[in-house]
Amino acid sequence: MLPDGGADDEERWLAEGIAGVQQNAFYMHRALDSNNLKDALKYSAQMLSELRTSRLSPHKYYDLYMRAFDEMRKLEMFFREETRRGSCSVVDLYELVQHAGNVLPRLYLLCTVGSVYIKSKEAPAKDVLKDLVEMCRGIQHPLRGLFLRSYLSQISRDKLPDIGSEYEGDADSINDAVEFVLQNFIEMNKLWVRMQHQGPVREKEKRGKERNELRDLVGKNLHVLSQIEGVDLDMYKETVLPRILEQVVNCKDELAQFYLMDCIIQVFPDEYHLQTLETLLSAFPQLQPNVDIKTVLSQLMDRLSSYAAASPEVLPEFLQVEAFAKFSNAIGKVIEAQVDMPVVGAVTLYVSLLTFTLRVHPDRLDYVDQVLGACVKKLSGNAKLEDSRATKQIVALLSAPLEKYSNIVTALELSNYPRVMDYLDNSTTKVMALVIIQSIMKNTTCISTSDKIEALFDLIKGLIKDMDGAQNDELDDEDFKEEQNSVARLIHMLHNDDHEEMLKILCTVQKHILQGGPKRLPFTVPSLVFSALKLVRRLQGQDGDVIGEEVPATPKKIFQILHQTIEALSCVPSPELALRLYLQCAEAANDCDLEPVAYEFFTQAFILYEEEIADSKAQITAIHLIIGTLQRMNIFGVENRDTLTHKTTGYSAKLLKKPDQCRAVYACSHLFWTDDQDGIMDGERVLLCLKRALRIANAAQQMANVTRGSSGSVALFIEILNKYLYFFEKGIPEITNTVIQDLIELIRTEKQSENTVADPSTEAFFASTLRYIEFQKQKGGSIGEKYEQIKTT
Amino acid sequence: MNYIVGAFKPPCDISIAFSDARTRKQIAVKNDNGRTVMVPVFQSLETISGEVSVVPVPGKRIEHLGVKIELLGQIELYLERGKFYDFTSLGMESYYGHLSYHHHRSPKLSFPIVTIPDILAVRELDIPGEIYEKKTYPFEFSTVEMPYESYNGTNVRLRYILKVTISRNIMGMGSIVEFREFCVRNYSPAPTINNSIKMEVGIEDCLHIEFEYSKSKYHLKDVIIGKIYFLLVRIKIKNMELEIRRRESTGAGSSAYVETETLAKFELMDGAPVRGESIPVRLFLTPYELTPSYRNINNKFSVKYYLNLVLVDEEDRRYFKQQEITMYRLLETAQAS
Repeated sequence: MLPDGGADDEERWLAEGIAGVQQNAFYMHRALDSNNLKDALKYSAQMLSELRTSRLSPHKYYDLYMRAFDEMRKLEMFFREETRRGSCSVVDLYELVQHAGNVLPRLYLLCTVGSVYIKSKEAPAKDVLKDLVEMCRGIQHPLRGLFLRSYLSQISRDKLPDIGSEYEGDADSINDAVEFVLQNFIEMNKLWVRMQHQGPVREKEKRGKERNELRDLVGKNLHVLSQIEGVDLDMYKETVLPRILEQVVNCKDELAQFYLMDCIIQVFPDEYHLQTLETLLSAFPQLQPNVDIKTVLSQLMDRLSSYAAASPEVLPEFLQVEAFAKFSNAIGKVIEAQVDMPVVGAVTLYVSLLTFTLRVHPDRLDYVDQVLGACVKKLSGNAKLEDSRATKQIVALLSAPLEKYSNIVTALELSNYPRVMDYLDNSTTKVMALVIIQSIMKNTTCISTSDKIEALFDLIKGLIKDMDGAQNDELDDEDFKEEQNSVARLIHMLHNDDHEEMLKILCTVQKHILQGGPKRLPFTVPSLVFSALKLVRRLQGQDGDVIGEEVPATPKKIFQILHQTIEALSCVPSPELALRLYLQCAEAANDCDLEPVAYEFFTQAFILYEEEIADSKAQITAIHLIIGTLQRMNIFGVENRDTLTHKTTGYSAKLLKKPDQCRAVYACSHLFWTDDQDGIMDGERVLLCLKRALRIANAAQQMANVTRGSSGSVALFIEILNKYLYFFEKGIPEITNTVIQDLIELIRTEKQSENTVADPSTEAFFASTLRYIEFQKQKGGSIGEKYEQIKTT
Repeated sequence: MNYIVGAFKPPCDISIAFSDARTRKQIAVKNDNGRTVMVPVFQSLETISGEVSVVPVPGKRIEHLGVKIELLGQIELYLERGKFYDFTSLGMESYYGHLSYHHHRSPKLSFPIVTIPDILAVRELDIPGEIYEKKTYPFEFSTVEMPYESYNGTNVRLRYILKVTISRNIMGMGSIVEFREFCVRNYSPAPTINNSIKMEVGIEDCLHIEFEYSKSKYHLKDVIIGKIYFLLVRIKIKNMELEIRRRESTGAGSSAYVETETLAKFELMDGAPVRGESIPVRLFLTPYELTPSYRNINNKFSVKYYLNLVLVDEEDRRYFKQQEITMYRLLETAQAS
């Protein structure tokens, strides 16, 4: 091996070597020009002696070799001339060069003359080749041997007794050609492997690097083999592959095994691989434990699947040779053999196999499940995966079928799918769950049976509920929201036109999301509620009457579910949301003519209002929602309605701030006047509400005067005026033009009082209200007449 | 060749020519001056024939007591410095006066000892008389037994020489001599039994290898085929090589001397193997200057060949195992077929 010394020394040695080559080449050329064979041999041998150096790294040695190589081409031409002229027979020449005392120059010369010898056809190519490859054993130094044999390979490439070649001999000559290349390959590989074991241990890594630089010299032989015309499938199957594999396995060298297996896969045709799969795969478990088998095997599977994709007509062959079973089997054996293989390696193999299956046998879902099953089996020894790379591979493994089938429904049929997921850590489970949801969204897959939904929720349970030992604190709030929004969106994708099945679906979803805990429920419950309400609407649209008791999918039943679901929010607690949902439900119940149900929902909403909603702003919002909903209800009997409206007006008047009270109260006025045919039309109570609102507005004004020294805005009055106008138009008898006129005057007075601060928006509001009155007047008709009496100026 | 005795200019020029010089195979050998000369190659029981021509210096007359040609086989040994030998008494000092070549190869050896040449055959070419003008004498040695090959080693040399002598013993003038060297190579048939060499060796708990060479006997242009199988490797091996070594042993008893020389170093493996690796061996012998193995040649010397497998570790410690192989010379036509 190389002695210590810097790169400078090496440069110098190379320069010396090159100088030696050039000098001797010069004398050699002179001898060639003067047809002096003896001198030509002498100087060429001296030139080749430069290649005897042990001081150069492979890279530099290659440089030197190439220079000598060029010169040898000239010498070969001279030899050819010489033998053609007849001044020296090629047989004599073949002997003559063997007189050289040093083995390396001797063998380079022998190969060179050998090339001429074959070309002369004075002896069968196979004999010469056999002699050359045998004699080259004299070089046992790895680097020098590799280059010499590479030279032999180079000069013999176009002279193999291949079928159809001009050097083809008897019927059996193709065997000789193959035998020659194989032997040279085997010897080269042995030398290459040996390189690793020679020299000091501390340079081991460096040697590995150097060897890597030389690998193509060895691999070239396989390339030559693949180019031999006569190597047909039979020959490949019977001779070439077994011999190569034997060498690969026996050399017991990681680097060589990895490279050569890869080489085999790359250089020989896919068709051959397919037909020799068993042989090829049987080598894998025999490789050294540290060989990166997964990469190689993946390459093979990739190649074959591309092959299948490119030429669909070969697919029957894949089936015929049971490619899947063989791969599956081989992977199992490799994993068994390589005890130390990290989980990531095994999983990567399964990913490749899965990709292969998906591409080659897209119709065989059972294969996919088998792969996943095998993966589960491999993982079963372990607890959850901690290796992030392995996790990544599992995600890839699980994502592949989703991508392929673009339909989660297919994946849900894979019994092993969730079992694989079980080995993921919590955060990855979530990632995977998101992938699944995204896949559903992207492909707008509709999942339509409760069984599948059960399975789906099992898959995405990481998002649905807290996992054991999960540390939620770590999770970013944004991310969490994102996740839960995804789940909420997912719920809308669960749909079946059959009502009963849809009901089942709802029950399933409910069952799962109720496990979600306080943080998740606010996101998921609304989706469920609305999804359920959608069903309610559908049922209602279908037929008004409920047909018998046997049908489980009745609105009543659904409302029960809804009730439970919303109730769950109380633990969050999220009263505002619950309140809204109750109101939504109440409205739906209203449309279904289910008075008790609607009443119950209102009751729940009111309880929430009373007990849970303490924030004044929230109260305002809530009260307006209640008013709005209640206004639209039309199924309540007088008693129920009175109770509810009474409660509502009561709440309104008890709001904290006077203006809020005022606004709520005037809003309540709508509760007593609906446009429906058989709706309530109680003008007296409308007026009562409005008067009460005025009183409150007045009180608010006074309070403002006392506390701030300036009266508040007259906006409230204008708002109330607008309400008056609304009901005036509706034709409530109690509201006359006099009442409105008074109110306008009141506003004017208020505006002009000293303490009032002019507010442009109020001014504008008032002005536009007056303009509206004028407009109505001008419009004429019955409304116009009513307005006629009101003076706006 | 100019091995002229005495201070006088030789009165004549003697040359020895082989009759089939044109067609006969020749090989290059280094003479004592370090020059490469081409010499003809014969094998045992071949007929060696040719012509000796004597050309007197114009105007001179050579009176002689007879002319003869001898076929000599001789073994020359070089032994360690410090030992004393009386060569002068042999009267051949000038003939062996040039040792620089051997000096160069084995500096520790400087003084030669010579065994008396073995006269294998003699032919009288002329009766005593006078030579006035160029005179040629055909000669022929038929089916001479030359069981030993020419050999030029580190400490020993085996040579074959044709020696022409014009004998004179008049007025103090010595005989006139001329030499002509030739080379002898003998071929063996391929051995009928040629077992492989197979052996498991090692250092306990440290290194265990098994090696196999396909044969134990190789001809000179053979290929060594084999493999090295590593059963256990606990040391950090840097490389492995196969050596061909020649062991030349001379003399006997107290004067025995062994010289080992590595003729080939052939790297088989670069780097450290692991258990179970098998490394091929293929070594062509052609490029190396090898001879057949010689066993106790004329009781003077032996030459043996060994394959030495050497493993070198990162601390440059060498672990080796040596195996003898037998080399032989295969008739080249036979080899070609």
